[in-house]
Amino acid sequence: MSQSRTDTPLSAMTQIRDRLANIPYATTLGIEPHFMGEEFTLILPYKDSNIGNATLPALHGGGIGGFMEVCAIAQIILSNPDRELPKPIGINIDYLRRGRPVDTYARAQIFKQGARVANIRVRAWQDRFDTPIAALSGQFLLGKES
Amino acid sequence: MDMDEKLKLFWDVGATMIASTPHATELGIQFVAIGEGQATLSLPYSTKLIGDARTRVVNGGAVTTLLDQACGLAAFTGFDTLGALATLSLRIDYQRTAKPGETIIGIAECYKTTKHVAFLRAIAHDGDETDPVATAQATFMSTGPRLSFEDAINARMKKAAKRKQAEEGLQL
Repeated sequence: MSQSRTDTPLSAMTQIRDRLANIPYATTLGIEPHFMGEEFTLILPYKDSNIGNATLPALHGGGIGGFMEVCAIAQIILSNPDRELPKPIGINIDYLRRGRPVDTYARAQIFKQGARVANIRVRAWQDRFDTPIAALSGQFLLGKES
Repeated sequence: MDMDEKLKLFWDVGATMIASTPHATELGIQFVAIGEGQATLSLPYSTKLIGDARTRVVNGGAVTTLLDQACGLAAFTGFDTLGALATLSLRIDYQRTAKPGETIIGIAECYKTTKHVAFLRAIAHDGDETDPVATAQATFMSTGPRLSFEDAINARMKKAAKRKQAEEGLQL
């Protein structure tokens, strides 16, 4: 693989689809990548099997956390296309609002990337970007260069 | 209050709660044990939990869900009244990758509750409790109206009696 950070969105899309296909857990959640220009958003389309509380109803907090973790991993892949998958070291999740039974979106920002570790923040929202339902901050160990 | 009745209620509610949580059953989370402020769940290995097809290691998100679920159940039994809960925060440290093929056990303990907030610690291990896959720290908040244990137990007894009556009625 010789793709760099200046990928056109189309090749970035192909690349992220290929890499996400190697994460069966992402398929279990039903995750879909989306690009608008260079901006990368991960989508968690609503599905019944992601419900955590059937009476409210609300999405499962653990599922939302897992979705944000995959978003962080995907963002690190995009910035490091020649590396193996990163591994989480520590994550901190704030649950801000109930996850309603609708589509959910997540976007990640790498705050700092060193030689071995990336510090990253992820925001998850539903109808409005300005009213996030959860936020994650975490440290990820970068994968080996392949 | 009768401790046996309280534990019976916990075991009943715990098993039902896991079985009726769609995302828990989707991942294959199973109810193991429950006590006052304590809960243990298991996550048998499955290919749909894999986070890296190359190594076949379970994704961190699946461990997150197991720990969130175990903490929620321990928080539920940690309060001195019963009611709905919401996760406020969840902090997880991934100490090592889980061994592919092994069942992961999640053990949560509620070590403090205030009127509205429960504080929890949890670990996830794959066979050796002293060598955890992950450790976690969580807070949960009570939301909505709460029920005393006496009322909850009485309501269950009434419900069971009604069911029995209905069954007997059917037999006649």
